[in-house]
Amino acid sequence: MSQHAVRPTPASPTPPDGHLLEVRDLHIEFRTGEGVAKVINGVSYHLDPGETLAVLGESGSGKSVTAQAIMGILDTPPAHISSGEIRYAGRDLLGLPEEQRRQIRGKEIAMIFQDALSALNPVFPVGWQIGETLRQRLGMSRTDARRRSVELMDLVQIPAAARRLGDYPHQFSGGMRQRVMIAMALAMEPKVLIADEPTTALDVTVQAQIMDLLADLRRDLDTAMILITHDLGVVADVADRIAVMYAGRIVEHADVRSLYRAPAHPYTKGLLNSIPRLDQRGGKLSTIRGLPPNLMRIPSGCPFHPRCPYAQQVCVDVVPHDLVLGDGRTSACHFAQEVRDDRAG
Amino acid sequence: MFRFIVRRLLQMVLAFFGTTLIVYALMFAGQGDPIQALAGERPVTAAQRAYLTEKYHLDATGVGGFFYRYFDYISNLLRGDLGESLTGRSIGDILAAAWPVTIRLALIAIAVAVIFGVTAGVLAGIRRASVFDNATLLLTLLVLGIPTIVLAPLAQYFLGVKWQIFPPTAGADPDFFALLLPGIVLGSLSLATALRLTRTSVAENLRADYVRTARSKGLPNRRVVSVHVLRNSLIPVITFLGVEVGNLMSGAIITEGVFNIPGVGFNLFRGIRTEDGPLVVGIVSVLVVVYLVSNLVVDVLYAVLDPRIRYE
Repeated sequence: MSQHAVRPTPASPTPPDGHLLEVRDLHIEFRTGEGVAKVINGVSYHLDPGETLAVLGESGSGKSVTAQAIMGILDTPPAHISSGEIRYAGRDLLGLPEEQRRQIRGKEIAMIFQDALSALNPVFPVGWQIGETLRQRLGMSRTDARRRSVELMDLVQIPAAARRLGDYPHQFSGGMRQRVMIAMALAMEPKVLIADEPTTALDVTVQAQIMDLLADLRRDLDTAMILITHDLGVVADVADRIAVMYAGRIVEHADVRSLYRAPAHPYTKGLLNSIPRLDQRGGKLSTIRGLPPNLMRIPSGCPFHPRCPYAQQVCVDVVPHDLVLGDGRTSACHFAQEVRDDRAG
Repeated sequence: MFRFIVRRLLQMVLAFFGTTLIVYALMFAGQGDPIQALAGERPVTAAQRAYLTEKYHLDATGVGGFFYRYFDYISNLLRGDLGESLTGRSIGDILAAAWPVTIRLALIAIAVAVIFGVTAGVLAGIRRASVFDNATLLLTLLVLGIPTIVLAPLAQYFLGVKWQIFPPTAGADPDFFALLLPGIVLGSLSLATALRLTRTSVAENLRADYVRTARSKGLPNRRVVSVHVLRNSLIPVITFLGVEVGNLMSGAIITEGVFNIPGVGFNLFRGIRTEDGPLVVGIVSVLVVVYLVSNLVVDVLYAVLDPRIRYE
């Protein structure tokens, strides 16, 4: 990653209120024929220029939905943003007219999706798909767009980029396809890159390559990144901070080091304990008992209480608030201190 | 691709011999005395009988005789000689007169299906569950539910006879206007199917992941729909229409019959009714070729439209 054809534009917008991107108390429901599913229940997080925030959680915890709400690509209906704010560089995105939001999409905030095979259009060559953004959004000529597409494909280390412009998505391997996806997202040099489980559909060895590429690009281009994942292993090397989501809420928020050292929410603790470790060979792998809740009938009190080894009566009755633990750490648990200090569990 | 086409052409040769053999066998198996059938009620003299027996190789009997006559027929066919119908007219001449009429009718029907069916299908797909979508669903179900044998006479009676908007029958050498009503009736079935197919395909593709990607690139909605969604949605529709062109080219027996259009279907039906073996086998042999070629064209077209399909 030493010589890049593309250099970042150095100026990141300096947000007047401190954060580049901020989600505040976001609530999203899905109104379907069977009822209302409360998918996002008061999510708040922020992102500063150049940093990487990992959003961690099981499928259905609402991490992708939050990201799609930021991008403005949620299907409404069935989705309905009932309250909350999403601020980018001081502007409230949810209050903007669609045309202005569209201008932000791709240019300021871009997104990489999980399964590049289905996320790329199967009937257009990849060069065309990368170039489309440049032609349509930046008004580049065909020739310029093609040249720039080759540069972008070089940037994401696709071998023989110029010869592969005319190839279709299905002619690429999974890892190469995801690189195309990344090149497409970087086409307009966005300030924020949202990577929605970018490595889930890939082989383990390829996963590492893509994560390395993302980390390098993020550093070289000085892009802030939201990394959405359910894989704790992916997060450790790349992220600055971690937000753990459960049932549409952020249950724990901490910098990577302290979260790994001493998780302050029983759910995070459960996730960390369920990672197989070499020094525990032969032992039974620990799991979090039970299943994630049905979002149409979220349990009373703390939504994690039916699965929680620390649960008391108060957890059934009272919804826990974010408990501030210092160093910017929060945990939505009545017993956050105890959980953090309980090294045995 | 080249190898695929060559292989398909070889398969077509087999299919051609297979189908013509079956049709030939069916048409002549049931006949008692072909010479008497040819002459009808009139008596046949010994000289005539001897001449015809010689001409059609009727002296060879059994399975061997059948194949002898079949290959004799095929070799004539391959030289472009379709033979004569029992009425003594050259089958080649009959087809040369009938085909342009059928092709005109087919083109009107396809135009109707494309212009109205595909357009309405795209709109219904975009506005799924809207009033327009439900209305077209009801109408297409109605059209699909009514067989042509009912729809054609109804259209003829109301639009042709009662209100006299269109000529009720076409007659010999019909012009464009005379073929318009039959064309619409014939096309209505393709229209309904094309509409349903387009609607489903558009609705499905609108939910595809690549649409989300296109949106997140910040493309305007009309570009997402008109470029990304349409290009994918029309693949099955164009395939269907291609097959449909092949079907329509082979004539529409009922529509041509009701509106008295001297097309291929009309002649084929007359041949079947009058037990005119040579005419039926002649027309069917040519139809088989038309059908095989149109299917090959559709397969090739499919590969051109969808880069994921590569025939090797």
